Amino acid sequence: MENRKGRTITEKILGAHAGRGVRAGEFAIVSVDQLLGTDGSAPMAIDLFDAMGFKAVHEGSRIAFSCDHYAPATSARIAALHEKMRRFAEANGIALFRVGEGIGHQRMIEDGRIRPGTIVAGADSHCVTYGALNAFGVGIGASDLAGAMATGKIWLKVPHTLRIVLTGKLTPPAQAKDIILELLRRLRADGADYLALEFSGDGIASLGLEERIVIANMATEAGAKAALFAFDEITRSFLGERSVADCSPVAPDTQAHYIDTLTIELAKITPRLALPHHVDAVVPVGEAAGRPVDMVFIGTCTGGRACDIRDALAVIRKAGRIAPGVELVITPASRAELELLIADGSLGELTALGAVLTTPGCGACCGTSGAIPRDGATVISTGNRNFKGRMGAPKAEIFLASPAACGAAAATGRISEPSAVSPNGRIA
Amino acid sequence: MSFELSLKGRARIFGDDVNTDYIISSRRKRDAKDEQEMTRFLFEDIDPAIAASLKPEDIIVAGKNFGCGSAMEVAVTVPRAAGIRAIVAKSFARTFYRNAINNGLLPVIADTHGIKEGEPIEITVTQASTFVVLGDGRIPAQGVPAELVSIFIEGGLVSYLAKHRGFAAIG
Ligand code: SF4
Repeated sequence: MENRKGRTITEKILGAHAGRGVRAGEFAIVSVDQLLGTDGSAPMAIDLFDAMGFKAVHEGSRIAFSCDHYAPATSARIAALHEKMRRFAEANGIALFRVGEGIGHQRMIEDGRIRPGTIVAGADSHCVTYGALNAFGVGIGASDLAGAMATGKIWLKVPHTLRIVLTGKLTPPAQAKDIILELLRRLRADGADYLALEFSGDGIASLGLEERIVIANMATEAGAKAALFAFDEITRSFLGERSVADCSPVAPDTQAHYIDTLTIELAKITPRLALPHHVDAVVPVGEAAGRPVDMVFIGTCTGGRACDIRDALAVIRKAGRIAPGVELVITPASRAELELLIADGSLGELTALGAVLTTPGCGACCGTSGAIPRDGATVISTGNRNFKGRMGAPKAEIFLASPAACGAAAATGRISEPSAVSPNGRIA
Repeated sequence: MSFELSLKGRARIFGDDVNTDYIISSRRKRDAKDEQEMTRFLFEDIDPAIAASLKPEDIIVAGKNFGCGSAMEVAVTVPRAAGIRAIVAKSFARTFYRNAINNGLLPVIADTHGIKEGEPIEITVTQASTFVVLGDGRIPAQGVPAELVSIFIEGGLVSYLAKHRGFAAIG
């Protein structure tokens, strides 16, 4: 008997790109609408593309390269890799996001390359971010990228789907970051291995697109292959502002099969953080409160947008200072986000308070460029990973938290509840 | 496509959630000029002494979620450059698993609980079944998915596409 159950968003998108109906568990060769290679993966992919013996890419307009992990170049060797990317991009009609333009994921969204119902693959694990826009964003390796540049296709196994139902509304100062940290606590670091997450429920309507991006982005920290949000008017207007008019959103069938459903009541979410060195070691902020911090990092594809930096600033402003001895590092996710901060005066305010501004890009996130903490330093970051050595110092201790909680740490010099900051940085 | 593979080696034990930066740090990727040079830094953030003790016949044996974290392919190509041919783990992170298949590094999923450091082990992969032989016991395992065998046995995606110029042979 043919199975007549409905399909998930994932099965529908992958089926449409495989040219046949597919079900979870099947292998499929799918066409890819957009591809991303970063300076961490594209140089290797270019070599592998050459090794495959191809002369020209399948469709240059569907590919973008970003110079973001090493921005600006940290050595002559890296500068040469950027140049290699530039030459290959130019020869093949590939878009190049140059040093200073920002993180590839952010640029892909700004450029209107992410459309609902499409498959966007990239040689970077945070391609899941695009799920916020109802696209199947998936991380692949450099060989896959080379193969996809050549053929327009990748192999994949159609994942089973875990449904995440969000209900209600967040209560400030809880933020989107706290939702995904709570989800990571519940799923653990391998809880979504090989799975797609699909987010639904009335709670979604209370989340702006940028908040959904934070959640989709960190789904990879639970091992998820993709993390798709339902499409709604919020998605439509966000895309409209980025000149994406041709939307073909995909909704799940009512009879779609999920391997499980997990519900999160947003009203119950409180500020929390991930303890060093595990992204799923998540506790309420209070449990680590009082611990002195050396560096606060506001940046990355998770928490480096203008809205995040403003949220941190709003808490710092209450104290009127950055606590003595704390290095506050601000790395906007892109030049466009940086310009928003210049335009509204936030940037000037931050630098006047003593914040360190670095080039839009990945910055300190993975220890390849930007501010590197000293060994033994305590760092709190709006980013997504806190493994040992992640930020370039094998013995730094990295906490992950929301922009508001990071702002509170910058203001007080200690891990503290965002609501507890008072004038002069005292903890109320 | 008929397929049979047998690998003998010495078990090297790792824990759960060994992420790609623990396999090879992003900072080495920035500084080193090639994969061979990077083999000296394998697993250094777990223990700097591991790299020098790795031998080509070693088989990496790990807990759950091996290769989590970044999608960087050097996490597969550097162990390959050190001569490692197979990794047995309770589970793999998905990008690591892809990269392994795409580079002809054998990812075997099995219950690795109870395998000891330095113990001789053998992995047998056939079309019909995969298992890990350990002393006089056998642990059932999951080898290469049938759909991907052709990519794997041709040495990975680069040689596969160099030969077939596309995926038509798979579907
Ligand atoms: S900001 Fe960090 S997580 Fe995001 S793409 Fe860059 S290195 Fe990766």
